Amino acid sequence: MPVQILKEKFTGTVQEVVLGATKEEGGTRSNTVKLGGSSTLPFLQYEGDIPNRPVIALEVLDIKPDWGEAFEPYYGDVWSDPAAWAKKTEELGADVIYLKLAGADPELENSKSADECAKIVKAVLENTSKPLMVEGPGHPEKDNDVLQAVGEAAAGENIAIGLAEKDNYRSIAAAAMMGKHCVIGRSPVDINILKQLNIMIADMGVAPNKIINDPMSSGLGYGIEYSYSIMERARWGALIGDKMMAFPVVCLAGPEAWRAKEAYAPLEEAGPGWGEQKPRGIMWEAMTAASLLQAGGDLVLMRHPEAVKLVKKHIDDLMKPNLY
Amino acid sequence: MGLTGLAIFKLLPKTNCKECGVPTCMAFAMALASGKATLEQCPYVSDEAKEALESATAPPIKLVKAGAGDNVLELGDEQVMFRHDKTFYHPTGVFIEVADNADVAAKVDEINGLVFERVGQKYEVDGVAVVNASGNADTFKDAVATAAGKTDKVLLLVSEDAAAMEAAAAGLEERKPILYAANADNYEKMVEIAKKIGAPLVVKGKNLEDVADLAGKVGYKELILDSGERETSKVIADLTQIRRQAIKKRFRPFGYPTIAFTTEEDPYMEALQAQAYVSKYASIVVLKTTELASLLTLFSWRSNLYTDPQKPIAVEPGIYAIGEVTPDSPVYITTNFSLTFYTVQTEVEATRLPSYLIAYETEGLSVLTAWAGGSFIGENIGPWLKDSEINEKVNHKQLIIPGGVAAIKGKIEELSGWEVTVGPREANGISSFAKLKLGA
Repeated sequence: MPVQILKEKFTGTVQEVVLGATKEEGGTRSNTVKLGGSSTLPFLQYEGDIPNRPVIALEVLDIKPDWGEAFEPYYGDVWSDPAAWAKKTEELGADVIYLKLAGADPELENSKSADECAKIVKAVLENTSKPLMVEGPGHPEKDNDVLQAVGEAAAGENIAIGLAEKDNYRSIAAAAMMGKHCVIGRSPVDINILKQLNIMIADMGVAPNKIINDPMSSGLGYGIEYSYSIMERARWGALIGDKMMAFPVVCLAGPEAWRAKEAYAPLEEAGPGWGEQKPRGIMWEAMTAASLLQAGGDLVLMRHPEAVKLVKKHIDDLMKPNLY
Repeated sequence: MGLTGLAIFKLLPKTNCKECGVPTCMAFAMALASGKATLEQCPYVSDEAKEALESATAPPIKLVKAGAGDNVLELGDEQVMFRHDKTFYHPTGVFIEVADNADVAAKVDEINGLVFERVGQKYEVDGVAVVNASGNADTFKDAVATAAGKTDKVLLLVSEDAAAMEAAAAGLEERKPILYAANADNYEKMVEIAKKIGAPLVVKGKNLEDVADLAGKVGYKELILDSGERETSKVIADLTQIRRQAIKKRFRPFGYPTIAFTTEEDPYMEALQAQAYVSKYASIVVLKTTELASLLTLFSWRSNLYTDPQKPIAVEPGIYAIGEVTPDSPVYITTNFSLTFYTVQTEVEATRLPSYLIAYETEGLSVLTAWAGGSFIGENIGPWLKDSEINEKVNHKQLIIPGGVAAIKGKIEELSGWEVTVGPREANGISSFAKLKLGA
């Protein structure tokens, strides 16, 4: 029986955003990374183009994190030195380095100054060759100071800075524009705020090819389905032509997955059927990442090197051509 | 569904006999179109019209049932492409393979033993797929009999050898196993076997056209579809096409549940592959692995995906005792959003200090959302607490609130007369909080 392949007739495309700048482009990165650009639903190449495969960013912090024993063997020797840590993530397969300046949180003792943050960013850039994303401490006023200094320090490198939220987007978007960087717009698992924030950032004059969305992810087992549906709705919106829903999407698989007890609890505190911590933690992160990819994630933020390997291989399989 | 009232009217006798209980055939047609009447109400409808109307008013994807007793698995009957359009109804059945030439009894015992519990949910494997790996009919028959004797889970019989299938399926009427598979060469015999025991039958094609062809011509409606594709990205494409054509075009040959098989050898890669099939419309996924981490994460994802997006998942509001509580036990409060509640409950349990946990009615919203929305605030909690039964259960007036809503402390104290301690922002801080502040 002849089967007519039923293709959706999309008119929109996810905005393509380039991260990083090579020497020719005024930066020092060995390569750039392109996010987005799809004109079809995730992995359905038979009805549109998927010019760029989803990429993996690995997390780096400027202070020793409380990630516990599961990460000690991988990062234990570098997590007092963000530049060395960043270098290590490249060796572990990061396409992009995601630096979180948690140490600048004003509520911490010895909170880092904006200048210190700028120095860290410089050191990370000097020691690495992959594109960089930088997240501030998540404190409105401090974020402004820190991200402005970071933007200046990384001039020419086309990094991404954030998180620009509804209440503080102006100064962060301005800092991004000033340094010709990208801005990460963060909305709280809410499709209306996502769109509204994009409109406000675009209205400030930020070019569409400089906007990335972080619709805030939840981890596997703890509300991931909300993120999944928000991402599916945004992707659908993008494809039917809503340009303000059409920015590439960041998924926070690592940080969210490892908040779950199922990921970190040792065997003696595990629930029925959970088994050993190590494979469980790795899979909790990998499954979180893979699920969000099915909803249209363009960049997945990850932590565990073993989970990264699994997800990369899985993306290879998903990206194999499936034209009819 | 599908047809307009006018289109249905054309197929009716147009006698206005009123025996259906409606004054005119036109009115009856309108009632049918809106799903308020059924065709059985019309005594004079022709068989021809009946068939046309039934197929037009049938759900886009047929509901197919497999298994028996407490283990009936409902497959198909989905209505949307995206969960946010409505909801997904029938969670993907997770099956695990057993080769007929392996130690079937031991493997089935192992599968029976796979039970996972988290956040108040219990996950178990739905079915056992006995595979005729030996190619031998007797071995297959024995293996199926062994599996049937060992488990009440749904059985999936995997052999394209019709004679082997007939022997193995004989005597399984009561179990309603799924038979796999009818292909272009064996379908007549396979349909006969399936009909005899009333079992669902998988039709397996070489591609989409082939499976449509088979599904259209087998003359049996208890079907499950397999396009035969095994490469991850292509399986996703096929499953999406089948679902989309069934729902958007009402293409009848695709109006059935689907089945997908993993091919990855590594158990973790296999789980990710299965995840893609669960996400993209497979009604059944068949795996080889029994690795705990693979299955725990796959089940958790399935549970998330099939959560009804229209209603928040909530626990019964009230006062919960954790452990052997006494009048001295500490009292925590959180919202009745089930994920929040179970996360807090798990952590309070882990302190090993018997405690009360109040699930405050927020209509299933999380702490911060409920606070922002005005339900988890001092003005509500204070008066409630003042009159709550908790006053009779404990001999103190000290309440621990989530750290994220420290701001509601004052109002609760003012309106309830209780003293409020601000707890940690995240549930995973409860154990150190309990050690430090409660002497756990």
